[in-house]
Amino acid sequence: MSTAVEPLQVFEPHTRQVPPLGPYLRELWRRRRFAVHLARMNLKAASYDTAFGQLWQVLNPLLLAGVYYVLFGIILGGDRGGPDYLSVLLAGLFAFTFTRNALGLGATSIVSGGRLILNTAFPRALLPLSAVASALLLYVPMLGVYGVFHLIGGQPVGWQLLWVPLLVAIHTVFNLGLALVFAALTVYFRDTSSFLPYLLRIWLYLSPVLWAVDDTPERIRPLLAINPLFPLFGAWHEVLLDGRSPSPGLLGYAALWAVGLLLGGGWFFLTREREFAVRI
Amino acid sequence: MRVTDLSVRYRTTAEKVPTLKSALVRLGRRERAVRVVEALKGVSFEVPQGAVLGVIGANGAGKSTLLRTIAGILPPDTGRVEVRGKVTTLLALGVGFNGNLSGRENVVLGGMAAGLDRADIEARYDEITAFADLGDFLDLPMKTYSSGMYGRLAFAVAVHLDPGILLIDEALSTGDAAFRKKSEAKMRELCAEARTILLVSHGLATVRQLATDCLWLHRGTVMGHGDPTSTIRDYTRFVDVGEDAVALDSV
Repeated sequence: MSTAVEPLQVFEPHTRQVPPLGPYLRELWRRRRFAVHLARMNLKAASYDTAFGQLWQVLNPLLLAGVYYVLFGIILGGDRGGPDYLSVLLAGLFAFTFTRNALGLGATSIVSGGRLILNTAFPRALLPLSAVASALLLYVPMLGVYGVFHLIGGQPVGWQLLWVPLLVAIHTVFNLGLALVFAALTVYFRDTSSFLPYLLRIWLYLSPVLWAVDDTPERIRPLLAINPLFPLFGAWHEVLLDGRSPSPGLLGYAALWAVGLLLGGGWFFLTREREFAVRI
Repeated sequence: MRVTDLSVRYRTTAEKVPTLKSALVRLGRRERAVRVVEALKGVSFEVPQGAVLGVIGANGAGKSTLLRTIAGILPPDTGRVEVRGKVTTLLALGVGFNGNLSGRENVVLGGMAAGLDRADIEARYDEITAFADLGDFLDLPMKTYSSGMYGRLAFAVAVHLDPGILLIDEALSTGDAAFRKKSEAKMRELCAEARTILLVSHGLATVRQLATDCLWLHRGTVMGHGDPTSTIRDYTRFVDVGEDAVALDSV
């Protein structure tokens, strides 16, 4: 064993500072496969004993869309009873489910990883990262199912669909930032995860999923635009339902939220992560 | 490896689960529900390359905390830990395992949790499963395992991680008599290789057999540090149990 090449590691007391970013990100990158593998295995383990298994993850938003379709499309009906409204609903609900899953899994990722955290040293951001990877793995089949409804609903098909990967990428970064914030928050306040469903419910109603921006009164639109998911859903609608490139304003605004959340959430998480082992 | 004047304090909150409500109530009463437990108080010692250090002491002496701090899991409050080389921890068995997955999948998952590449694990896979010797059970979900079988697989994964510096916490030997014998042999093999090992144990016989050095902790301070035989003698005299069968029992 050669001692000369082995790097010297020093552990010293710290204040609330960001750990050295270079080594941290290198270690995170080196361990990325573990995050993905953990994500896949957690999904596999979670669906171990239900008959439909992972099918439920797609079935859930699909059934929810059915409920909303009956409510808004048929009973409150008017001009939006057709199959195209169903595809509008699905595009929004699936995308929202992506955020919901990332947030839900992310919030519990640190607290439920107690044994792992107490017994191994690794960049803690791996756990929320893995939660977002899980959510993304669940999102992919939903996009496939949406594709079918996209065609049934007679939505436009063209080169503008090439924007979809970019929008999903922005959405993923957005979710990661959010997952980092809530993962750290849950360590300090365990009831975060019990009040999360209500936060998500009101967030769903405040987002342009069940309604379209054009249906809303002009004067409250600036207020609606405060919603961090607003520009993302706006661009999503433009690409999928209007069949055109997303307007640069919306795209930039969405990217700004995503990067901002990632930086803010990353800072919040990294400055606290060395405390997690003591807090769990 | 050098540890200088290391102190670690736990700030434990009085309530078991921190909730928003209790934080608000506390804020209303203007009290802070923080109790400070000093797990380590000014611990200093040095371990030369390739040494096997046995750490002994009563429950709550700070042994596990010491290992976690050296591994970089717990932050020190004062002092400094310098470690040269990759640290691998065997603090608990089956870390990263998921009971709903098969033994096979858990070998990969556990190995990756400990920081190995997938290719590394696959290369060692046959060795690990041969060591655990579980036969057809490997393909069944781990929640169907008996606790002995669970421990065997976990131990097999743990000792095949090829560590530079190895930190081992107590209660690592599990399984039946035959497996115990095998795991003891494996431990001896690990200790014989030129690795630095910190071994926490209540099995004083094990420490005397394996360790080249012995550190005795008591309530967070170092009571003795020296060759195993004399340190263990001091320790047993201190706790007044005598070197009877109970203290000399296995790990």
